[in-house]
Amino acid sequence: MDKDEHPLAPPGAGELLAEVEAAHTALRTAHRTTPPTATGTGAAGTPHGHGTAPDEAGLRAHFEKVIADDRKIEPRDWMPDAYRRTLVRQIAQHAHSEIVGMQPEANWLTRAPSLARKTILLAKVQDEAGHGLYLYAAAETLGVHRADLLDALHEGRQRYLSFINYPTLTWADTGALAWLTDGAAIVNQVPLCRSSYGPYARAMVRVCKEESFHHRQGFDSLWALTHGTPAQRQMAQEAVDRWWYPALAMFGPPHHASVHSEQSMAWRIKRFTNDELRQRFVDICVPQAELLGLTPPDAHLRWNDDRGHYDFTPPDFDELTRVIKGDGPCNRQRLAHRRRAHDEGAWVREAAAAHAAKHRTPHHGPHPAATTAPATVDEAAADEAAA
Amino acid sequence: MTGPPAPDARRDWPLWEVFVRARRGLAHTHAGSLHAPDAHLALHHARDLYTRRGEGVSLWVVPAAAITATSPDEKDPFFDPAADKPYRHPAFFALPEGAEHL
Ligand SMILES: [Fe+2]
Ligand SMILES: [Fe+2]
Repeated sequence: MDKDEHPLAPPGAGELLAEVEAAHTALRTAHRTTPPTATGTGAAGTPHGHGTAPDEAGLRAHFEKVIADDRKIEPRDWMPDAYRRTLVRQIAQHAHSEIVGMQPEANWLTRAPSLARKTILLAKVQDEAGHGLYLYAAAETLGVHRADLLDALHEGRQRYLSFINYPTLTWADTGALAWLTDGAAIVNQVPLCRSSYGPYARAMVRVCKEESFHHRQGFDSLWALTHGTPAQRQMAQEAVDRWWYPALAMFGPPHHASVHSEQSMAWRIKRFTNDELRQRFVDICVPQAELLGLTPPDAHLRWNDDRGHYDFTPPDFDELTRVIKGDGPCNRQRLAHRRRAHDEGAWVREAAAAHAAKHRTPHHGPHPAATTAPATVDEAAADEAAA
Repeated sequence: MTGPPAPDARRDWPLWEVFVRARRGLAHTHAGSLHAPDAHLALHHARDLYTRRGEGVSLWVVPAAAITATSPDEKDPFFDPAADKPYRHPAFFALPEGAEHL
């Protein structure tokens, strides 16, 4: 492969990363309170608390004002039950997708074509586990327990994204999956960095920064194949043929048929319609496909000068519904594997808990800032490692 | 702080809050939370979860249950005493023309 020809970044990727950075900066500065003026108190709404019965209308008005001002709701704020339920459903579904989503690529870890590709893929799969953990932690700030969310996943009461139920038939599928579905995830998730719920927005900033490595390594893997032998090029094209529509379906049903979209947008949990995001993804992807020399499997895909967007054939939403309901090519396999992994890990969790119970000491150590207390790592050693 | 009700100890490990010092000269900053059976494993999980890309040179983990927080939300009257003392900000004082280094 000729490194000189390698594009620095897939077109469109830099823009998305800049949006993540901007959202991150906004999070860091959003809650800076303005200094009080000589006359005002700087406090919005009616304070409530200790001893006084909270007045629901006042609390709701304050909640709505925070949303309208584009500020963040934090875990201990009052929030409507439906807002809490919507967030739990969405964040749990997202967390489940991260951890079940490790499976299609994990299939190929032991069969990667080189040690370099193997270590990169392993790092990506580890990141997905991390994303699951950030998101379960964000969900827990809403008063639910991770163990209950995992039960809901294992019992099929909560879902994960439909694309995970498709198989990775060849090595090229790992590249196509990362380029297309991680790419679609980024387009979906970048606006979530500005979601109205603070812990979710903060988790999404971390997730998006890491997703861009996933996206990039997928593109790089396909680039290597499309600059290889004719058989490798064909393998890459066939993988893209398989993953194009599962990726487009990730944005969900069209806006008019989406049950939760309207309310989620009003609460600024979600900021764009499914259709707007799907269009944005297609617009970003087509020039990348051209660079790779690969063709998305859509005969009607073409630039529309009037709209300033690509026209494309939407995914088969009936198929999406069927796969979400459990009737995709790998649903049973994915869920069975998840349950087995959880059950087979039970002895490790129990042993660690038993060990902790045996060695439990009261938390009366010195201030961790003062000295090397037990629960800190050695900075000097970390500096060495970084050097 | 991020505080769900204490997890059922039989079903999940306790919750810890993680603080990361990004580099020398900076204070530890809250990075997120995780579950772990004890402080030792909490540090290991924190390293694997929050510093996979060299984001830190030092970590603190604190049992979430050990944190005492103001309550019940982010507009607590607890903070009212600061609301009527604008003179604590230097910009409160008008300066005459020509006053420098002040
Ligand atoms: Fe992810
Ligand atoms: Fe990813």
